[in-house]
Amino acid sequence: MRETATLIVRRGHADEESRTSTYEVPYTPGQSVLDGLRFVRTNLDSTLSVRHSCINANTCKECMIIVDGKVDYACTARLEPREMVLEPLSNKAHLRDLVTEIAPPDERLEHALKSGLGKAVAGA
Amino acid sequence: MAVAIDVVQLETDVLVIGSGAAGMMAALEAGKEGAGVILADRSLIGRSGATIMAQMTVAVALGSQTPDGCEHHLADTLAAGRELCDASLAQLVCEEGPRDILQLDEWKVGWARNDDGSIRQALAPGHDRPRCVYVDFLSTGPAVAKTLRGRVLRQKEVTRIGDLYITDILVTGGVATGATGFSLADGRPVVLKAKAVVIATGGLTRLYQRNSASANMSGDGYALALRAGAELTDMEFVQFFPIGHLAPRLVGMDPIMWDPFRYKLGGRLLNAEMREFVNDYGNEEAGTYNVTRDRATFAILSEVKAGRGSPAGGAFLSFQHIPAETLRASFGPVIDRLAANGIDLTQMPIEVAPIAHYHMGGVKVDAQMRTSVPGLFSCGEANGGANGANRLSGNAITEAFVFGRIAGRTASLHARSAGNADAPVPAGALDLVSAVTPDGGEIHAGLIADLQQTMAVNVGPFRTEEGLRQALAAIADLKTRLGALPPGAPGPYNMARLDWFDLRTMLLVAEAVTRSALLRKESRGAHQRDDFPAMDPAFVLHHTVKLAGDDIVLGRAPVEGRTLCEVA
Repeated sequence: MRETATLIVRRGHADEESRTSTYEVPYTPGQSVLDGLRFVRTNLDSTLSVRHSCINANTCKECMIIVDGKVDYACTARLEPREMVLEPLSNKAHLRDLVTEIAPPDERLEHALKSGLGKAVAGA
Repeated sequence: MAVAIDVVQLETDVLVIGSGAAGMMAALEAGKEGAGVILADRSLIGRSGATIMAQMTVAVALGSQTPDGCEHHLADTLAAGRELCDASLAQLVCEEGPRDILQLDEWKVGWARNDDGSIRQALAPGHDRPRCVYVDFLSTGPAVAKTLRGRVLRQKEVTRIGDLYITDILVTGGVATGATGFSLADGRPVVLKAKAVVIATGGLTRLYQRNSASANMSGDGYALALRAGAELTDMEFVQFFPIGHLAPRLVGMDPIMWDPFRYKLGGRLLNAEMREFVNDYGNEEAGTYNVTRDRATFAILSEVKAGRGSPAGGAFLSFQHIPAETLRASFGPVIDRLAANGIDLTQMPIEVAPIAHYHMGGVKVDAQMRTSVPGLFSCGEANGGANGANRLSGNAITEAFVFGRIAGRTASLHARSAGNADAPVPAGALDLVSAVTPDGGEIHAGLIADLQQTMAVNVGPFRTEEGLRQALAAIADLKTRLGALPPGAPGPYNMARLDWFDLRTMLLVAEAVTRSALLRKESRGAHQRDDFPAMDPAFVLHHTVKLAGDDIVLGRAPVEGRTLCEVA
């Protein structure tokens, strides 16, 4: 029988009530948690948001989340054939699902607006 | 349906899209010239894209340990390009490369040194002498990205905005006047008015199932340029890196990591019979690592096709003959990372296979980095032409520096004289980014995976007319499933919506690659046709791509500066 990993993922964004989604993903030894999350997005539920740029190299450092209560990179934490609880970082502003605001404050759109480069206007 | 939603309006002299080495160099140079600059990236500033993934080599004729000159670097670049290089662009890379490499050295990037203090230069495939500078161990990309980011932070004229996704270039009266997009953090539509726009978005490796770059290399710049009315060139030439890591599963390392191992230690590339085979395909590799990427890719995939591949479908790479002490001295901490993955190179070979790595084709520019649209400039891997049909190893970071710097300067000069800051935003420019639609239930991330599969099978290193036509049919089908508007509503980090915009880009770019490949009925460099296995002198020409309405239009252009090639 094929083994699977069960990912229990915290969902939602600031304007919603928090909930969890549970996904069964195929497991092969050596895979990363990010492999499992990418499988979910491609095959099961593309509304799941998890940010990453590189896939495997651990250079972009964007995929930091909480795996079973511990801060870790999704791309280097190993997927395991059991239940795994995945949550967004708790010390950053929450955006959606596993995504938090990780950009340095002076590299955000709000900062450019405060610097006088533009304005927010009511759209059509 | 459109709902009332805040729109962010920004204004600047020069907008640079993409913050890899090319984008950061462009922003630095434009800022130095006194222009106000917005440096935008769909991800984190200086961490996104391909630069940070570079493992080792940066080619430059410094002559720091072996006498060298830019004419020799140019000769090797043109030879690797298989007669298709735009020699004036290639010449710029080779002539101006040393200046930027030394500038980075002054900025303390940390190029590896010889005992006498000179900058160390490694011999890489396709080069006639040791020419490639690097930062140990496997740290060239991170060091370059960090160094440039540090300089950008200090350049007061540059405002950095990450998590900003650009969807289209604004064009007014045939002139680029800015861009539209949306903020990933909250989904708000954004209008950026700019007197000059620089594309620095890198390549298209994400079109392929297995690739060596990051998930945001979707060919954004090619689609932006096409829709703005600019011309692309050489889109059929996708470089496959021959020895990407295949098995066993290895996390926390980039799949191109074996390149530095081969530079320093050679290594033996073996087929299923544990026999070295690269020389069976007309190459002359003897103890050193010197066969160019197109030829090595061809050799490995031919072995797999002949049933002599490794279990996972590639070739074995063995360092078992190298003593443990030598491995440790050459790669220090990397050996520990391998051990954590259960890999002991003294005991076992690993498996490697070609993976999508770089794009030779791209936006057509002149030596000032001007595209065919006034006010629109392009630099780095996003450009086409400098590398012809096959890029020489080590030239990508060098061209990012040189082209980035030139584009920044040209854009700032253009901004000084441009009077389009008050150009009105064209009607409908925000329709896509502000659209609110019912979610149609389509998993666009799955469609992206389907496209990657199609491209890998039919538009990979080996191509046939039949396969290419199948790819075009699949692309057309995916286009229909994409539909006209993104699903859902603007909101915080809405990845399902982001997938839609990425698929829109990737389908356009995939079609440009496939149609160009169909037209090239010969085999040259990275473009290998099973149905036309020989190089044909009638195809010493560039295929160009433009957009007329929604349709891709292909053209032909002569190869510029061939006399230089003959001189060199």
